[in-house]
Amino acid sequence: MSTVLWIAFPYICLTSFAVGHVWRYRYDKFGWTTRSSQLYERRLLEWGSPLFHFGILGVLAGHVVGLLVPESMTAALGVPEWLYHVVAAIAGTAAGLMTVAGLALLVYRRRLTPAVFRVTTRMDKAMYLLLAAVIAVGTFNTIGINLLGPGHDYRLDVAVWFRSIFWLQPDASLMASAPLTFQLHALLSFALLGIWPFTRLVHVFSVPVGYLARPYVVYRTRGDRPGARPPRRGWEAPGS
Amino acid sequence: MRVMAQLGMVMNLDKCLGCHTCSVTCKQAWTNRRGLEYAWFNNVETRPGQGYPRRYEDQDRWEGGWVRTPKGRLELRSGGRTKRLLRIFSNPTLPGLDDYYEPWTYDYDTLVNAPAQADVPVARPRSLITGEPMQIRWSANWDDDLGGAPEHAPHDPILQRIGERVRLEFEQAFMFYLPRICEHCLNPSCVAACPSGAMYKRAEDGIVLVDQDACRGWRMCVSGCPYKKVYFNHRTGKAEKCTFCYPRVEAGQPTICAETCVGRLRYIGLFLYDADRVLEAASVEREADLLEAQRSVILDPDDPAVIDAARASGIAEDWLDAARRSPVYALTHRYRIALPLHPEYRTMPMVWYVPPLSPVVNAVQETGFDGEDRSTLFAAIDALRIPVEYLAELFTAGDPAPVVASLRTLAAMRAHMRRANLGEPPDETIAASAGLTPAAIEDLYRLLAIAKYEDRYVIPSAHVELARLLDAQVACSVDPALVDPVSRRAAGRPGPGERP
Repeated sequence: MSTVLWIAFPYICLTSFAVGHVWRYRYDKFGWTTRSSQLYERRLLEWGSPLFHFGILGVLAGHVVGLLVPESMTAALGVPEWLYHVVAAIAGTAAGLMTVAGLALLVYRRRLTPAVFRVTTRMDKAMYLLLAAVIAVGTFNTIGINLLGPGHDYRLDVAVWFRSIFWLQPDASLMASAPLTFQLHALLSFALLGIWPFTRLVHVFSVPVGYLARPYVVYRTRGDRPGARPPRRGWEAPGS
Repeated sequence: MRVMAQLGMVMNLDKCLGCHTCSVTCKQAWTNRRGLEYAWFNNVETRPGQGYPRRYEDQDRWEGGWVRTPKGRLELRSGGRTKRLLRIFSNPTLPGLDDYYEPWTYDYDTLVNAPAQADVPVARPRSLITGEPMQIRWSANWDDDLGGAPEHAPHDPILQRIGERVRLEFEQAFMFYLPRICEHCLNPSCVAACPSGAMYKRAEDGIVLVDQDACRGWRMCVSGCPYKKVYFNHRTGKAEKCTFCYPRVEAGQPTICAETCVGRLRYIGLFLYDADRVLEAASVEREADLLEAQRSVILDPDDPAVIDAARASGIAEDWLDAARRSPVYALTHRYRIALPLHPEYRTMPMVWYVPPLSPVVNAVQETGFDGEDRSTLFAAIDALRIPVEYLAELFTAGDPAPVVASLRTLAAMRAHMRRANLGEPPDETIAASAGLTPAAIEDLYRLLAIAKYEDRYVIPSAHVELARLLDAQVACSVDPALVDPVSRRAAGRPGPGERP
């Protein structure tokens, strides 16, 4: 059971994540968009969307530090565990609360604005459910356990297990002994990664950083327009 | 000098009768789809009026177009790149559906399927956005023909700039229609605002397009365009805009709005321009100088130096020929009567307008004077200060002189042709008062008043060879001579994929 949950499941989800994105990018560039609903409603979005997005960027930064940087490295830099713990718990709480507030506003808006709810697909609903669950459990871990509760040094088990997945030497025993809510957060997160390429979340990979470097006005020739491409495999010309 | 070709349009506002045929055929061709119900790539607005979307010319609110920084550099009015990326999660200058209008249909089904009852069944309006019954409160041309003008016209940003004082006088004297499509600018601010790099200006003909596969729906183009001619498809999550009917013009046909124009007021042709000078011209300090700067970027297609440079940058002979015969170049540069819409946005718009003389003529005739007499008309142009001021705010960043010059040419043409039609001896001073010869005036008359199809549209059908090549590919019967670049060049035709 432990092998299924902490080894097989993560690899299945990561495969789906990687292959799914390649597939989606190849076959559904047209569907690759933020699907903005700002045209329908702007007042709630104006608050909810920046709150959520800036919050989740903070959360992402926290996860990069917490999961990818080993405790031995911060110790070598002279950061004691208690100090790391305090900083992580406070910064994590701030980012987490922003994210939760933003998401709450966005979900409220999506459900109660008729125009927005009408364009919400089933996939959107599944994604929102999973995303909300991941964020809820994660926020509980930060606030309920690490800020106010007994605390748990996830850098000694969850983070080591997470890195071991990418070294292709996954150690399931590390997770098996982690607190239940940390286990739940990890499982839900991998499930979210698994469905990620099939949801609107793909827009995360469209962060337009190239915009900062390119010339303002873009020119293109019409040479490569679709009609000028050689016929694709399987195309049967009329009369052939 | 880097010569590039640009397809341009001129609209002769004197002949627009406000029938909206252009809008309807454009809608049928391009935007009769879900997600674009509210979008009109071509719309016709009554001026004075708020336009569509409402008050789009209020750039203090919408922050479209470019501004010149104190250091003399051009920057998007909405700020730099970093600021734009920081606003990416919620764009504060995106018009809402309320600013366009909530599109609707009617519950036609009740008309035929309602059970027998005492009252006649009616088809109630239903929102195409929510599907619920709705009250219709606004549309793309709600203030058409000055309908509701006492309530709506005071919100016209141009009227507000001219001032309260003139308003009533203006409404009594003056009304005209302003058909609008995308301006396909030389310095497009929508393209500059697109974070994804999905919008581009086509190098061959200057048409501004959105790559639907590259667009990620950040909506910055909608804000960046001061004319609000990029629309967000709320179902596909992609930006869409007027394409200058590129599938038609590539085949040498005019755009659908021009083809179906009942007043025959649209002209399509080529400009040659110096791409190296666009930025410099768009950055001139005084707004009133922008018109002349924009004119100076466009090159004389008869100038041998220009022709040589154009050949060097790969523009084909038939395109150069089309540029020489271009009706739009004739109206903007030879007769200098066509003016760009809002040059102060610094985008170098390539749809130009011949300002309407008819309101002046009407005013003259209403007072019992001769509306075709040159000196009466000239005096009226000078006396009717308010229409001229309004037109100047639209077309010349507030400088009345080019508008007056344009109207005087139109008045001189009227007076000259009246004499000719009545068999009176020609009076050369009439043409001279517009700085033209009688022959030139008569040419202008043929172009504007007779307006033959082949004079209005000089569109190089240069891509025909390429289209035949594409046909050949589809039919799998490829003539090697059509495909082989060497034999095609030997035959004086461009190779496949080359610019003809």
